[in-house]
Amino acid sequence: MSPLAIETRKLGRIYKIRGNKKEKNVRKELAALSDVGIQIEQGELFGLLGPNGAGKTTLIKILTTLLAPSTGEAFVAGYNVLNEPQHVRPRINMVSGGESSGYGLLTVRENLWMFSQFYGMPSREANQRIVDLLKLVGLGDRINTKSSDLSTGLRQKMNIVRGFMTDPEVLFLDEPTLGLDVGASRDVRHLIRGWLDDDKKRTLLLTTHYMVEAEELCDRVAIINQGRVLACDSPSVLKRRLQEDILFEIKTSPLNGLSAQAIEDLPEVHTASLTEMEDGALLKLALVEESALGPVINALTDKNITIMSLNKHEHSLEDVFVQLVGHSIAEAEKGSQDE
Amino acid sequence: MSSDVTQPQVDSIYKPLPKVTGWRLFLKTVIARAYPRLIGQQREKSWMFFDIFLPMLAVSAYVFVYRAIQAPEDYVGFAVMGGAMTAFWLNVLWSMSSQLYWEKEQGNLALYIIAPNQMMAILLGMALGGMLATALRAVAIIFLGTILFNVTFVVSSFLQLLVVFMLSMTALYGMGMMMASLFLLLSREAWHLSNLAQEPIYLVSGFYFPIKSFPFWIAAGASIIPLTLGLDAMRQLIFASGPALGFVSVKLEVSVLLVLCVVFLVGAKLLLDYMEKLAIREGRLTESRR
Repeated sequence: MSPLAIETRKLGRIYKIRGNKKEKNVRKELAALSDVGIQIEQGELFGLLGPNGAGKTTLIKILTTLLAPSTGEAFVAGYNVLNEPQHVRPRINMVSGGESSGYGLLTVRENLWMFSQFYGMPSREANQRIVDLLKLVGLGDRINTKSSDLSTGLRQKMNIVRGFMTDPEVLFLDEPTLGLDVGASRDVRHLIRGWLDDDKKRTLLLTTHYMVEAEELCDRVAIINQGRVLACDSPSVLKRRLQEDILFEIKTSPLNGLSAQAIEDLPEVHTASLTEMEDGALLKLALVEESALGPVINALTDKNITIMSLNKHEHSLEDVFVQLVGHSIAEAEKGSQDE
Repeated sequence: MSSDVTQPQVDSIYKPLPKVTGWRLFLKTVIARAYPRLIGQQREKSWMFFDIFLPMLAVSAYVFVYRAIQAPEDYVGFAVMGGAMTAFWLNVLWSMSSQLYWEKEQGNLALYIIAPNQMMAILLGMALGGMLATALRAVAIIFLGTILFNVTFVVSSFLQLLVVFMLSMTALYGMGMMMASLFLLLSREAWHLSNLAQEPIYLVSGFYFPIKSFPFWIAAGASIIPLTLGLDAMRQLIFASGPALGFVSVKLEVSVLLVLCVVFLVGAKLLLDYMEKLAIREGRLTESRR
């Protein structure tokens, strides 16, 4: 087993909130994180998936030494984040989505150079790396543009370069594609994957509320809601846990008297439903084993029914999230906005 | 990925680079953080109006009053020097003090904290950049004032002048660094303190007249602001009537300035450490008060 890049043990964080004018002396408490225990191995791309306010950013702040935990312990690269921040900081970097770090009067290169110096990088080599990385993210022609003149997407690419530039052992990306268009998001995802594949000792913790991003990128995902980790595993295992049945949708020509019950009576077929359509029918199957599909197709062809299309329905992380949390991320965020 | 450019080799990009630590990292951080202040001045020219023309108006007002009442001609020089030093005071009060607060609002502070540098190096960089940028403004005011009002300088000792100036700046920006930590803890409430401090300190620090005009204890109390003694000592060293109008001897003023340097720099370090610990504990480092 690889050594752990990140570990938390019963980690919790409570914020004290001041009351309004009438309740000035009343202190309320909000548990942003409760009893979080995760273990992330070196070389992993680990995702934290949850709606706004779930506790993702609080967890990142603790792991990046910006916030003290109220309970429990956290370790990054083997060092305690609270007691040994001087050992943690040279090994990490962080990029947040929508951040406006740096100085608008400085050019892209100057901003990145400034941050490289805070990590003790030699100027000449840092400048060469900045040029190379900017080319890689398609910002090569904006190197001398003032950062205040960059669009949100281009600025975020600059921030991402800032994160990779210092070659951290553990990189924290907090909603890195927030506000980016489809193409820019894809570029960022490619960069992330390439960076990790280049050296198996690198670890990346990514928070996102984009299911597709988590599913496409992450080796493992923790679903987090209201400060608690509800599930933690690889996307494929999480999806398999959701339902044991294998789902198929078969579009056919008219059914020639074949009933759903007749298909359900076939071995290893859990459920079957038929929907009549204008030009044929739609057969939905839940199979115990994938091998049960053969007898179903035989039954259809025996009745001279033509199969027009056959699709295997894959569960998505969104389905997993809905099952665990009780609603989708979009609904959770709409709810929090309405409040 | 993006197809508009020749792609560099990925392995060359990510090859680990040697990184310096210790005092070299400290120095690199100071220079890097000073850079935006210096370069920003070259790119945003509005300071010429706000930081030279407007202070010159205040200087002119005093000059015309002194000439109307036929005050000794050196008083004109006192006002010009006061105008130049005002630039440093305003820089410390409004720019240096609030800088960490703005860094927090912009998202830079979190990045400064998680980097392996020392926050003291960041603060020193801010101070150095601010001081150098403001020095240009101060020189411009002295130059313009000297030309417009025929100021005559009689420098008794360049070396002492340099020492007094450097000590004044060190103590003043040390005070600014302390105030920066305080601002971060108090957030917007600290603005009221600055407003409260600005005008009374203009008066008691003797920016436009010798503080000897005050009763001793008022002038002594005002000496906690490093520019009070620094300005008084500089006037003693560059004007013929300076020593006669000085508050206390230059030697004593240099000694007090030395003490102020130590007090403010050590205070800044202690307050910064305290602020960082408190802010991490209470979650105030990267977000506004809940």
